[in-house]
Amino acid sequence: MTRHQVGRSLPRLEGEAKVTGTAEYIHNLDVPGQLHGVIVRSVEPHARLVEIDTTAALAVDGVRYVITSHEVRAVTAVDHVGPAFADQPVLAFDEVRFVGEPVACVLADDPRAAARGAELVEVTTEPLEAVYDEVAACAEDAPLVHEHLDASAMFADLKGLDDREGTNVALDYTLRHGDAEAALAEADHVFEDTFRTPASVHAAMEPFVAIGEVGDRGVITVHSATQNPSMIQVELARLFDVPENRIRVRTAWLGGGFGAKLYPKLEPLVAACAVITRRPVRIAVTMDEQFVTLTRHATTTTLRTGVSADGRITARVCDVTWNTGAYADIGPRVAQKTGFTAAGPYDIEHVSIDSRCVYTNTPPAGAMRGFGVPQVSWAYESQTDIIARSLGIDPLEFRDRNLLRNGRPHATGTAMHGTATAEVLAELRRAMAWDEPLTQAAAPLRRGRGVAVGLKAVITPSTSVALVDLSGDGSVTVSCSTTDMGQASATAYAQIVAEVLTIEAEDVTVLHPDTRSTPYDMGTLGSRSLYHMGNALTEAAREVRGQLLAAGAEALGVRADTVTLTDGAVSAADGRRLPFAEVMLARFGMQAGNLIGRGVFTPPYAKPEPGTGQSPQIAAFWMVGGAGAEVVVDTDTGEVTVERLLIAADVGTAVNPKVVTTQLKGAATMQLGMTRSEELIFADGQLTNMGLGAYKIPGFLDVPGQLAAVFVEDHDPERDESAPFGAKGVGESGTFGVSPAVANAVHDAVGVRIRELPLTPERVWRAMRAADDGGDRR
Amino acid sequence: MSDDVIRVVLNGEPVTLPAAADDTLLEVLRRERVHSTRESCGQGVCGTCTVLVDGRSVASCILLAHLADDTELETAEGLGLPGHLGVVQEAFVAEAGFQCGFCTPGMVLAATELLRRNPTPTDDEIRHHLAGNLCRCGAYPEILAAVRHAARLLAEEA
Repeated sequence: MTRHQVGRSLPRLEGEAKVTGTAEYIHNLDVPGQLHGVIVRSVEPHARLVEIDTTAALAVDGVRYVITSHEVRAVTAVDHVGPAFADQPVLAFDEVRFVGEPVACVLADDPRAAARGAELVEVTTEPLEAVYDEVAACAEDAPLVHEHLDASAMFADLKGLDDREGTNVALDYTLRHGDAEAALAEADHVFEDTFRTPASVHAAMEPFVAIGEVGDRGVITVHSATQNPSMIQVELARLFDVPENRIRVRTAWLGGGFGAKLYPKLEPLVAACAVITRRPVRIAVTMDEQFVTLTRHATTTTLRTGVSADGRITARVCDVTWNTGAYADIGPRVAQKTGFTAAGPYDIEHVSIDSRCVYTNTPPAGAMRGFGVPQVSWAYESQTDIIARSLGIDPLEFRDRNLLRNGRPHATGTAMHGTATAEVLAELRRAMAWDEPLTQAAAPLRRGRGVAVGLKAVITPSTSVALVDLSGDGSVTVSCSTTDMGQASATAYAQIVAEVLTIEAEDVTVLHPDTRSTPYDMGTLGSRSLYHMGNALTEAAREVRGQLLAAGAEALGVRADTVTLTDGAVSAADGRRLPFAEVMLARFGMQAGNLIGRGVFTPPYAKPEPGTGQSPQIAAFWMVGGAGAEVVVDTDTGEVTVERLLIAADVGTAVNPKVVTTQLKGAATMQLGMTRSEELIFADGQLTNMGLGAYKIPGFLDVPGQLAAVFVEDHDPERDESAPFGAKGVGESGTFGVSPAVANAVHDAVGVRIRELPLTPERVWRAMRAADDGGDRR
Repeated sequence: MSDDVIRVVLNGEPVTLPAAADDTLLEVLRRERVHSTRESCGQGVCGTCTVLVDGRSVASCILLAHLADDTELETAEGLGLPGHLGVVQEAFVAEAGFQCGFCTPGMVLAATELLRRNPTPTDDEIRHHLAGNLCRCGAYPEILAAVRHAARLLAEEA
C-alpha cells in the first residue's frame, strides 16, 4: 500500500539548497551586458516637478544614461500602472506625491557609479500642499493627492470602481445587513470606541530586485522577485501595448514577500529601461528603499456596538479608514475584502460597515500578511474585551456566546460553512488553561492574559491553472505560477500530486514560475494558493492518472476499469504491475513522450449587491485564527513581555503539519513585531525610521518563552468536496489574533486599555500614569 | 597589502581577489559569485551577510574588504554543499530551521561559530549568540531546535 503523501511532515524539498546558500534567488542573478540602475527619489511629499538636470550625473565615469519620465513615456503606451486604479507613473512626471517616489533612474556599468550619479541628479520642484493622515484626507477642503483617477478594473471584484475627481477617497465600500442604527437605538448598552494602527512595513530579507531585457521579436523578459508573475505579465503587456505572449516574467525562490512583492514594483521601470537602452538593466533596491516602496495601511476604525442585557451583540456599526498612501496599489481591495469582515467573527443581526480607502502623501500601502485583518481585528477584538469586562462577563465566555457558527449568516449574507470558529475558541480555552486561575507576578510586575479571534474571507473570485507532466522515464514535473517565498508551496504541491499519482513527493519537481511555460495564476497572496492551485493540481494530476490507467490497461491487455494506480505503477487485477516508465515505453515504443494533465480552478462567486454588500457566496472559504497571550507588564517602565503566545487556527486538512505549525508561529512572530515595536514614523511626510537599524523587527530575544501553534483540522463535507484533500490556506491565520490578545492581556494585567498600536513601553507607561490620575480603566 | 587585491583563504582555498580601497567584503565576495553572502539591511544589523573571518562572524556589508586581507574566510558553501551537508546544515534541514531561506546561510554560520566555541550551549546562550541574525519569516523556534540538534550531532561525532 502506497504511503500517504498528504499529511506527511516532509522537510522542504529545497532544504539542502537553502542551507548551503546555493538556492536560486533573483538576487543572485546577473545577465551579461547588464547595466545597473539606481533610482533618484523625491525628497518632497507633494510638489510640482519643474526640471530634472542630469548633466552632472551623466558626467560621472561609468554612467551611461539618466532615464526620466521623458524617455519612459516615449516607449510606453500608457502613463500609469496599478491593479485597482491606474494611478502610478513608472517615473513621476507632472507631480511627486510622496517622499521616496521614483523620479529618475541612473544607469551605469556598475552599481557604485549609478549611486554616485543618482546623488548628482538635480530635481527642481515647486511644493504643493500635502496631507498625511487618513482622517484629515477625507475632509472636504483637504489637499488633493490626485486631480483625477482612472479605475483600471483589472479584477472582477473591483469592477464597481469609478473614475473619480475632486476627492482623496479611492473607494468607499458599504455593507448594510439589517438596520444597525435602529438596533443601536434600542440596545441595552452601546459602546463606542476608536482604534488606530500605524503604517508598518514588510521588510522581506530579500529586497526588491528585477532585471529587464529585450530579446527576439521584441519579447521583453523580466526576471523579478515577484509574488505574481502572471499579473506582472498582464500589466506590462498593457503598459507597452503588446500581446501577453511578448512579455515573459520569471522568478525563483523569494527571500520573503508577505504581500509587498505583489503588483508592479520595479518591473515596469527595468522593462522600460531595457527597451530604451536595448541592454539588460538590473535594479536591486536597498532595504531602506523597501520602506518607501510599499507599506501596510495605517487605519482608523470606529466601532459602535449594541449589546443586550443578557450579553448578546445585537448591532455593530463599523467605520474603517485605510491610509493607502499616494498610490492605491491593491488598497481598494483591502478596504473592500477586509472591510466586509470588520464586524468580527460574531453572529450579529444588524451590521453596517463603511470602509474607505484614502489617498495621502505617504508611501503606497498595499497587501500585507493578513490583508487588513490584523488592523480590523485590532479594533473589534479590543472592543469585544471592553464590552465583556464592562458587563462583567468573562471575555472568552462572551465571545463563545456571540460566535458566528456554521449555518448562520455572516454580515455579507453568506451562510457560514466549514469554519471552525467554535473549535478554535475551545482550543484557546484548553491551551491557555483559561479556567485555571493565573499566578500573579510580584511587584512591580503584573501578569495578565487575553484572547482574540479573527476571521478572514479568502479573496474570491480568482483563477489558478496548473499542468502536470509525466516524462518518458516516468518522472513528474509540475508547472504552475505560484511563487514559493518560504511558505513551502513547492513541497506541498509535490505532496498533493504525489498523493494522486501514488508516488513519493520527493520524486516530483515543481518548476519556478515563468510565464513562458507556467500557466496563469492570479498570484501568491491571501492564503489562496493551497486551495486554488491545489485544486488545479489535483485535477491535472487526475488527468495524468487517467491517461496512465488507459495506457497501462492497453499494455496489459485488460479493460481500463480493471486497473488501479498503486506505488507508482499501473496494476492489473491479476497482480501484474507496470511501473510508469514501462507504461511510457509501451505507449511510445521507446523512452519518450509526455502525458500532460491540465487543471483549471475558479471557485463560484456571487457578486455582492452594490451598496449593501449582500451576496449568497462571497468567499470560497473562510480562515479562522485565534491567539492567546500571557504577558507581564513592568509597572515601573511600561515594558510588556509576552511570556506565552498560543495560536489556534482552522487549517482544514494539514497537508504538511510541520509546515503548518511553522507558518502559524512565523506569522504570529511577525504580528508580534507589529504589536510591540513596529511603526513607520513620519514627520511632514518624511519617514524618520527607515531601515532595520531604526525600525525594530523581532529578533531571537523577542520571541515569547513559550510560542506554540495548535490547529483544528476541521472537516466539513461541503468544503471537503471543493477543497484539495480538505485543505485551506494558513499563511496569514497566525496574525489575526495576536495584537488584540496582547492588548487584552495588558488590560488584564494593569487595567489600562491601549487603543493604538504598537504597545511601546512609553505608550503603556503613559496610559498607566493617566489611569492613576483618574483616567480610563475600562 | 596591495591597493587593488586582497589575499585570503576562501573556504579552504588560497585566492587573490580584486578589491578597491572602498569595497566592502560583501561586494568582493558577490563579484566572486559567492551567493550565500547576501546584502539585506546594508547596515550591519541583520546578519544576512555574515561571513566567518578567522572564525569570527562578521557583517561583511560594513567591513572594508582590505580589513579582511590575509584572513581565512568561511561562507555557507564552505561548510557543505547539497549532497554533502555539514553537520549544522543537516540539523537546520532536520528541524525546518528556515522558511524563505534568505537569512539561512548567515544563521548557519553564526551557529557554527557558537558551537565551535561552546559545544554545549544553553538555550539562552543560543538566543543571545544569534540575536544579531534576523529572520523575517520568524523561524526562530525551529532555528533554536536546529542549533540544539547540531550540538547533539557534534557530541555524537566527537
